[in-house]
Amino acid sequence: MCGIVGLFIKNPTLESELGALVAPMLSEMTERGPDSAGMAVYRDPNDKGCKVTILSQKLDFDWTTFEKSVNSNFSLKKFTVTQNHAVLSLDNSLNEVEEWLALNWSELSVTSAGTNIEIFKGKGNPADFIEQFDIKNMTGTHALGHTRMATESAITTEHSHPFSTGQDLCLVHNGSLSNHNRLRETLKRTGVQFKTDNDSEVAAGYLSWRLSEGDDLDEALNHAIDDLDGFYTFAIGTKDGFAVMRDPIGCKPAIMAETDDWAAMSSEYRAIATLPGAENACIWEPEPTQIYSWKRS
Amino acid sequence: MTAINLNESSVRELNEKLQSGSSGDKFVVNNTVGKHALSVGLTKKVNVEINGHVGYYCAGMNQEASIKINGNAGPGLAENMMSGEVRVTGNASQYAAATGHGGLLVIEGDASSRCGISMKGVDIVVGGNIGHMSAFMAQSGTLVVCGDTGDALGDSIYETKIYVRGKVKSLGADCVEKEMKKEHKEELTKLLEMAQMNYSADEFRRYGSARKLYNFDIDQVDDY
Amino acid sequence: MAQHVNYIILISTKSMTIKEKRFMSKDNPTLIESATFPRHVIAEIQRAAKTGIYDIRGFGAKREIPTFDDLVFLGASTSRYPLEGYREKCTTEVTLGGRFAKNPIHLKTPITIAGMSFGSLSAQAKESLGRGATIAGTSTTTGDGGMTPEERGHSKTLVYQYLPSRYGMNPDDLRRADAIEIVLGQGAKPGGGGMLLGQKISPRVAQMRDLPEGIDQRSACRHPDWTGPDDLEIKIQELREITNWEKPIYVKVGATRVFYDVTLAVKAGADVVVVDGMQGGTAATQDVFIEHVGIPTLPAVRMAVEALQEMDMHRKVQLVVSGGIRSGADVAKALALGADAVAIGTAALIALGDQSPEFDEDYKAIGSAAGFWDDYQQGNDPAGITTQDPELAKRLDPILGGRRLANYINVLTLELQTLARACGKSHVHNLEPEDMVALTMEAAAMAGVPLAGTSWIPGKNGV
Repeated sequence: MCGIVGLFIKNPTLESELGALVAPMLSEMTERGPDSAGMAVYRDPNDKGCKVTILSQKLDFDWTTFEKSVNSNFSLKKFTVTQNHAVLSLDNSLNEVEEWLALNWSELSVTSAGTNIEIFKGKGNPADFIEQFDIKNMTGTHALGHTRMATESAITTEHSHPFSTGQDLCLVHNGSLSNHNRLRETLKRTGVQFKTDNDSEVAAGYLSWRLSEGDDLDEALNHAIDDLDGFYTFAIGTKDGFAVMRDPIGCKPAIMAETDDWAAMSSEYRAIATLPGAENACIWEPEPTQIYSWKRS
Repeated sequence: MTAINLNESSVRELNEKLQSGSSGDKFVVNNTVGKHALSVGLTKKVNVEINGHVGYYCAGMNQEASIKINGNAGPGLAENMMSGEVRVTGNASQYAAATGHGGLLVIEGDASSRCGISMKGVDIVVGGNIGHMSAFMAQSGTLVVCGDTGDALGDSIYETKIYVRGKVKSLGADCVEKEMKKEHKEELTKLLEMAQMNYSADEFRRYGSARKLYNFDIDQVDDY
Repeated sequence: MAQHVNYIILISTKSMTIKEKRFMSKDNPTLIESATFPRHVIAEIQRAAKTGIYDIRGFGAKREIPTFDDLVFLGASTSRYPLEGYREKCTTEVTLGGRFAKNPIHLKTPITIAGMSFGSLSAQAKESLGRGATIAGTSTTTGDGGMTPEERGHSKTLVYQYLPSRYGMNPDDLRRADAIEIVLGQGAKPGGGGMLLGQKISPRVAQMRDLPEGIDQRSACRHPDWTGPDDLEIKIQELREITNWEKPIYVKVGATRVFYDVTLAVKAGADVVVVDGMQGGTAATQDVFIEHVGIPTLPAVRMAVEALQEMDMHRKVQLVVSGGIRSGADVAKALALGADAVAIGTAALIALGDQSPEFDEDYKAIGSAAGFWDDYQQGNDPAGITTQDPELAKRLDPILGGRRLANYINVLTLELQTLARACGKSHVHNLEPEDMVALTMEAAAMAGVPLAGTSWIPGKNGV
């Protein structure tokens, strides 16, 4: 079980404070999810090429050699290392980059790919995660965060949310699916790859598959209501914004709030209470199976 | 009158103060920022005013006390309340007054899903709408809804009486519309007065158990 | 002609395997019963076709499964010395709930009485349990109907169950309790709620549960105001706030995904975890639920202990294990696998008088026999235990019943000490898995102890 938070900045002058605003939200969700934390941040777009976030299981990974290797094969614009993650902005096609990585650096995993998104996954206390990844100083347009209480699968970095479901797409999930094992096998046969035995990763893989079949996000989520069984509150990050949806039974909590400056969602109100203007925000609970979304125009 | 600021006091300190109050004492609680389990387990006729939105289980298992929340309430508001009065000016999240045995809960705004789930004698009056699966397995007491209801109202209901002024999206298993008789209008009028809701009982319809699920009957199998 | 027939019979008998011989009718050896559709399965299909309802019964799983019987202790030897009985102490005291509670529970013996409701049991039965447990220095537990004055009055240490139904739940009883047990499920029916049929919803039961008399109680299987361990964490906080952080909070699960459940219970803030295996009894549920859902107690104990050890919480959060505990040997084995205490339900009722041969005629009159009876849901119990009928309930004298239960618990405790002393232990908690070996491969794999005579633990070392 878990805590999820999402924050979408409407007022551009607040983009420089995205991290300062979302860090306390994530922190409030620690009791719901003491095992690990993760965050997707949308910032520093690289519209001409692509951006990938790489994760190394080894804390002492030799990033310098890796950087040289990338540089000699691609047009590397930016390379930033934080803890055991590195964010690469390249003026190349994403396909090329991902293929090369899979072939030459298989011990690394790609947590996110696209033009705006960066995904960081931590293991251990959310407070440590916030500290180590310097979340408070992050800037950007929107962010989705997750604190995890592992239910049926292990606690590893790879099991942390958010899960990437495609370019600039990610998913955080609070709840427990009940038919993810068979669904995982079905999705594997369509070519989706899985790194963990986590039910949330299956939900993410399902959405990717629907999108690759030509659904838009709303259609994919509507198909999910039929095909996914269990309890879920989903928050999905897209390049331009984010969407929220709850399952038909609607037992897992979810609360949303909006002001002129921001739109936010969380598992508990106390995360939203940390935001400026929360006291007077428009606050409501999402209805089961309704899709709520925000987009930059 | 004692003021307690949750920026300075812990939830434990708050509850200790409120729980050891005497009949007639007045308390004001500020800076709630969505905290959980506020003002729970009270046993005396104290008066508590809570300023701000609260998290889960506010006023849980309340006995005798009068509690007013100026804001919204999270899941499980006044769960299992035994007596006294709890009022919220904003909206309440799911499971409001779950398994409540007595007293009165007034929600001036909307209540979410499962309002009055498994209720056992509490009276609930909602000024706005309520969500799906409300009054699920409701055993006794009264639920009054001035707005609309969601799906599956009163699913598997026992003897609770439900009065609805607005639209009922759908009824749950064994829940049917029933005749509004004189005694029902009288009971409803009293509740509306106590809740300070300015509506006439004539605007409401009554719902309750068809009692077909009271003893197993194979011909009712579709309802299971 | 006759000779020809005999010749055929001879050939048939010889070609049968030893297994098939088991299904031959004794009266007429030419009749062979199907192993897939034996008589009792045929009878059940016919009953279902006739009535249109699933078979509801009480008691626990009756099928043969690996149990503690398949483990044996390695007693004293040249390298390990036993303790003298009586003089050389073997202490049995146990403390439950010290993690967060101000007032942990102190018990004289690690054998406790499991939750059973007033409603499924008569008031006299609940009183007997309270009296017996108090004499023996242990606790009883309320069930799915709330706390009765008889039980609180006669039971020195009372654990109050907090169930999905919340029948009779109120803060005064919460404060009167010595501990609170949040029930997610029980071994007989993990995922199912309580069940009480109309014939047992007497006026008093109806009043306590807020239900009309004589109806079939429909029960919730999920808690009404929380779903999931993340919400449970907040619920536990609320219960502590209502009871001034005094009472230990237990979390009880039916044995299914035990490793994860125990881990989550600890993360949600439980002081004690209770795990109930599939042999655990019930007063009423569908037969298919009892026999086909949940795992045996044997692997459940091991998995629970592993979960606690992995979090470094073994002995810090206590583990109570139940489901088919019958003798001091079972208790000793559960403790050796790492449990802090056990709970007995079915065995306690048998000690009170359930299945007693003295009622055999009465059992026969209702279509059963002493030792076979499992229709607790019917409410016509000749022993007066699982009934609300005042005439039948009178048959159980609470003082005598309490004496019998206390005797039984004392026997369990003495047997436990005997085995512990034989293994050289001065406290029963010093029993360890290495004191045991298994007699079958299944038990070895489930309990995580080697097969006798070998160092092989299937699944752990070697193939």
